Amino acid sequence: MSNADVLASPSDLDIVERLRAGDETTFMMLVEQNQAAMLRIARMYVSSGAVAEEAVQEAWLGIIKGLDGFEGRSSLRTWMFRIVANVAKTRGQREGRSVPFSSLAGDDVGSGVDPEWFRAATERFPGGWRAFPDDWRGIPEDRLIGNETLQRIGSAIDLLPPMQAEVLRLRDVLGWTSEEVRNALDLSETNQRVLLHRARSRVRRELDTYLSEGRDDR
Amino acid sequence: MSAQPMTCHEVVEIITDYLEEALPPEDRRRVEEHLAVCDGCTAYVEQMRATIRLTGMLTEEQIPEDQKRQLLDAFRTWTR
Repeated sequence: MSNADVLASPSDLDIVERLRAGDETTFMMLVEQNQAAMLRIARMYVSSGAVAEEAVQEAWLGIIKGLDGFEGRSSLRTWMFRIVANVAKTRGQREGRSVPFSSLAGDDVGSGVDPEWFRAATERFPGGWRAFPDDWRGIPEDRLIGNETLQRIGSAIDLLPPMQAEVLRLRDVLGWTSEEVRNALDLSETNQRVLLHRARSRVRRELDTYLSEGRDDR
Repeated sequence: MSAQPMTCHEVVEIITDYLEEALPPEDRRRVEEHLAVCDGCTAYVEQMRATIRLTGMLTEEQIPEDQKRQLLDAFRTWTR
C-alpha cells in the first residue's frame, strides 16, 4: 500500500455493504457517477471506444465480484479505478498497443503560457507583463456563467492531450482530490500537478480569448 | 530578503503550485509579496480561480441506456 492511499470512508463502507446486499439503486448511482470517467480512462490504454466499453464492462464485473473482498484499505473510488486501469492496460497490451506516456501527457504541446506575454531579458523589467491580463471581475456574472462560456470550456478540454484533459476533469469537474487522481491515473504528485497546471492554463487562455471577443462586440 | 523577487512570468508558471498549496513556505511568501504589488498577476490569479470555478459547472456526459441496462443485469446476476 502506498502512503498516498486514504482508507475507505464510513460512507464507502456503507455503499459496499448495500452493494453486497444487492441494492440496485446504489449500484446504479455508482455507475452514473463513474461510468463516463471510466470509459475515458480505459480509452487511453486501448485502441477504440468499443474496446474501452468492453474493458469497462469487464471492470464492473471485477468490481461486483470483488465486493466481498473489499477490505477498505483504500477509498472505494481508488479501488474501483485501479481495477478499470488494470483491465484496460491488459487489453491494450493484448492489442499490442502502447501509447507513450509523453504523448498522453502532451509533453510536446505548449504549456498554455506564452513567453511572448512577458518582457525579454534584454528589456526593462524582464519577465514582467507586456500587457496586463483583463480583469474578469468586471464581467457580469450571467455572461461569465452563460451556456456559451461553458461550451467553450468543454471544447477547450476536449482539445487537450488525454491525460491533461482527464486530470482536469477529475479534479475540477468532478472535484476529486489530488490523491484520488494520482491513484486512478498512476501519476506522481509532481506529474499530477504539472498536468493540472498545463490544462488549467490552456483552458484559462481559451476562456480569455472568448471573453475578450465578447468585449469587442459590445 | 534572501531570494530575488519573483518575476510575473515565474509567478504565472508556478500559479498552480501556489493554488494547490504545494509551495515551500519561502516561495509562497515570495508569490504573496509579488501579488501584493502586481495588478497584472492579481488579475491573472483571479482568472485562474474563475476558470476553476467555471470548469466546476460542467457536467459529465450522459450514459446510454443500453449500457446502464447491461450493467444492471450483470449486477443482478451476480448478487442474486
